[in-house]
Amino acid sequence: MPYFLMDEILTILEQDARTSIESLSRMTGRSMDDVRKSVADYEKSGIIKNYKTVVDWSKAGSTRVFAFIDVKVAPARDVGFDDVAERIYRFPEVHSVWLVSGDYDLRVVVEGENVQQVGLFVAQKLSTIDRVQATSTHFLLKRYKEDRTVFVDEGEDPRLIVSP
Amino acid sequence: MPELSNLVESLAPSGIRRFFDIVASMKDVVSLGVGEPDFVTPWAFREAAIYSIERGQTQYTSNYGLIELRRLIASHIRSFYGVNYDASAEILVTVGVSEGMDIAMRSILNPGDEVIVPEPCYVSYKPCVHLACATAVGIDTTAATGFVPTLEQLNSALTPQTKALLFGYPANPTGGTVSLEQAQMMVDFAVEHDLYIVSDEIYDRLTYEGKHICIASLPGAYERTILLNGFSKAYAMTGWRLGYACAPEKILSAMVKIHAYTIMCAPIAAQKAAIEALSSGEPAVKDMVGHYNRRRRLIVAGLNEIGLECHLPNGAFYAFPSIKSTGMTSEEFAERLLFEEQVAVVPGTAFGAGGEGHVRCSYATAIDKIEIALHRIGRFVRNNSLVGTAR
Ligand SMILES: Cc1ncc(COP(=O)(O)O)c(C=O)c1O
Repeated sequence: MPYFLMDEILTILEQDARTSIESLSRMTGRSMDDVRKSVADYEKSGIIKNYKTVVDWSKAGSTRVFAFIDVKVAPARDVGFDDVAERIYRFPEVHSVWLVSGDYDLRVVVEGENVQQVGLFVAQKLSTIDRVQATSTHFLLKRYKEDRTVFVDEGEDPRLIVSP
Repeated sequence: MPELSNLVESLAPSGIRRFFDIVASMKDVVSLGVGEPDFVTPWAFREAAIYSIERGQTQYTSNYGLIELRRLIASHIRSFYGVNYDASAEILVTVGVSEGMDIAMRSILNPGDEVIVPEPCYVSYKPCVHLACATAVGIDTTAATGFVPTLEQLNSALTPQTKALLFGYPANPTGGTVSLEQAQMMVDFAVEHDLYIVSDEIYDRLTYEGKHICIASLPGAYERTILLNGFSKAYAMTGWRLGYACAPEKILSAMVKIHAYTIMCAPIAAQKAAIEALSSGEPAVKDMVGHYNRRRRLIVAGLNEIGLECHLPNGAFYAFPSIKSTGMTSEEFAERLLFEEQVAVVPGTAFGAGGEGHVRCSYATAIDKIEIALHRIGRFVRNNSLVGTAR
């Protein structure tokens, strides 16, 4: 189904997770009870995974570093890449793990206090996992856009304040 | 100095302009007064224009506009509304509906002719008639009929000089749309009295429930209709200044004559962006319409809760609540709301005398701003409620 035919509640919450039940009800023209029930159902069934806040950490003064690590893995019978992926995603410093096509198999996003810490994580934890054949680490230098949020300030509303 | 044109001097000054000057002098205003999308033109359209400029596509085009664009417009109208316009002779790319409106009027009117215009209506309809040395005859429509004229009203506005009907649905400022019966009634009226129809359908894609009715698609309409549309609203392209006019060849070639002498052709970069918009823009349009629709429900529910009676507008991006319960005139309401609560709305009278008792609230505005505005309007109405009629 194209995304715009999906339940509007999901579209609205994906853009602003703080939208209240009352606003959701007004925006969709559905009753508060109906909306409340839908949201609860989505949460229960795992369609809504989580609510989070997008923070520009560097603007907040944080010096934490992020790295994208491509991992080449030898797949195994029955499990493919799943077991290796799991070993990796269980580390709390790992933000994301995706199976991707191309030269490498897993793409991992890792957060650390500094470059050394991330480097050590890769050397000691990631590369030593069985069947991991190679890694390639890319440190994040600047965020332009993430999860559809643009990180560069976009300025004021440029429109005339009243127009016909 | 010699005197200026009498015609121009007799044009009424724009009601919006005056209001704009006041608002512009103030700080921290939350504006529900903006008549254009708050979205920036989708990047793919902008990128197509940039690319065309980089490749040196900076020349005049045919007077009619690029044939590739006219073909896309023709197939767009065919697939949405089932009307067949010949891309080579019945479609003209204009500098917005604004130009289309002007040359439509100048092409069909002679001095002394009359044009029936339902009000409240977009600010330039009557001036365009006036500038064509003809007379605009307004009809005051009301919320009761969804701001569409009745047959009785049309009949009473009719004179032997009546030459054309001019209207636009979905409408600015009311958000009103026409039902199939209402549209056919107006077309039948035009057929019976042999009138032209000029239909401004710039908000066609911003129709929220049911389907937009393209006037030219109705029986009897095509041969007498000038259909105007453009890229400003649905594609968030106001600043590109691009629209189009469709009409049978005889009418259209008259319009092209004026266009060729006064405009030459619409800007090529904008035409390139429009080609991209029509080729790949559908998901972006649907996404923006989804946003408008959610805001529409939010603002209408909010206004009604405040006690400003507001019909659910079915099109465009305007709510047009009645402010009669406050006992104020539209101008008074808009001015005091601005000074007391820093919220800008446009008095209904800016769109014709029939707009008295209403204000226009644009919801081409981010949700959080709409919520702040509703909160402030609510406080304003409570503070100013008439003793005795207070809710
Ligand atoms: C009803 C209506 N017609 C025409 C226009 C002008 O459109 P364009 O930008 O195509 O000249 C507007 C713009 O606000 C409008 O609301």
